Amino acid sequence: MAAEQGKVDPMKQFQIEPVFGSANWEIAGFNIAFTNSALWMAVTVVLLWAFVYGGMKRELVPGRWQMAVETMTGFIDDMLAANIGKEGRKYVPYIFSLFMFILFGNLLGLLPLGLFGLHPFTFTSHFTITGVLALMSFSIVLIVGFWKHGIGFFGLFVPHGTPLPMIPLLFVIELFSFLIRPISLALRLFVAMMAGHVLLKILATFVIGSVNAGALYGATIGPAALILMIAISALEILVAGIQAYVFALLSSLYINDAENLH
Amino acid sequence: MDMEAAKMIGAGLAAVGAGLAALGVGNVFASFLEGALRNPGAADSQQGRLFIGFAAAELLGLLAFLVAVILIFVA
Repeated sequence: MAAEQGKVDPMKQFQIEPVFGSANWEIAGFNIAFTNSALWMAVTVVLLWAFVYGGMKRELVPGRWQMAVETMTGFIDDMLAANIGKEGRKYVPYIFSLFMFILFGNLLGLLPLGLFGLHPFTFTSHFTITGVLALMSFSIVLIVGFWKHGIGFFGLFVPHGTPLPMIPLLFVIELFSFLIRPISLALRLFVAMMAGHVLLKILATFVIGSVNAGALYGATIGPAALILMIAISALEILVAGIQAYVFALLSSLYINDAENLH
Repeated sequence: MDMEAAKMIGAGLAAVGAGLAALGVGNVFASFLEGALRNPGAADSQQGRLFIGFAAAELLGLLAFLVAVILIFVA
């Protein structure tokens, strides 16, 4: 659906464009141009690396930076200890990377860099990216589950104490709810981020449009929409944190199923 | 009815789902707070479960949004 003249298209911000490279850069029919999505992922990784590196001084009396990093690692460590138990420690690097990557990606996309002519891009608002992250978690669940329990991993789909005639029915239901997990995991993050950014852009359209529509509209609707937009921005920062947390939490719960069955 | 109009009405109706999910999410946090104020000592240990409930309730609202987006942009 094309945007009409003079209107802000709220979907434009999700467009993937090559930063350098062109449509001709192809491997087996797939374009490999360096896109804005890839650029922001690289920025996220560099910032994340800098954040963690700054806290790896290993001083006996930690400074502020080290405290910040240790709080984050401790937070993930506690979460895994509470959800998985002793075996959870070996997943700390994966869950920590996942959590911080999503958190930094969400927050970077909210930065008001548009003021300086840059276009922040929230890569977590794309299903391809959240889908790959979810598939990584799901692959770990499958690999660990079948590695540790072998064919007994299918016992996950039959809860303890199920009456015999109910087993075929429950097996199908549990299998379905198991297979839907990566989709729901990816969908939650992608839709939450996309909905928030669309909402912000629509409110921005209200501000610009009301000013263009005349003094009366500009004085009434404009400020109201602007205040709402600031409030929604604050909400979006909260959502960015919650969604990263929920992704990491659900990943650790699914890994718990693979480690301990039920 | 015109196909385009029907799509728009469908997308608007999907907003009902988002509103109902809002009730669900509110219910999750309200119940948690109710329980947490009765027994503050046990509240911190249940925060993980709070967010699992939140995530499950929220997903259905997000699905409603997705239905609207698919109706407008894809279908």
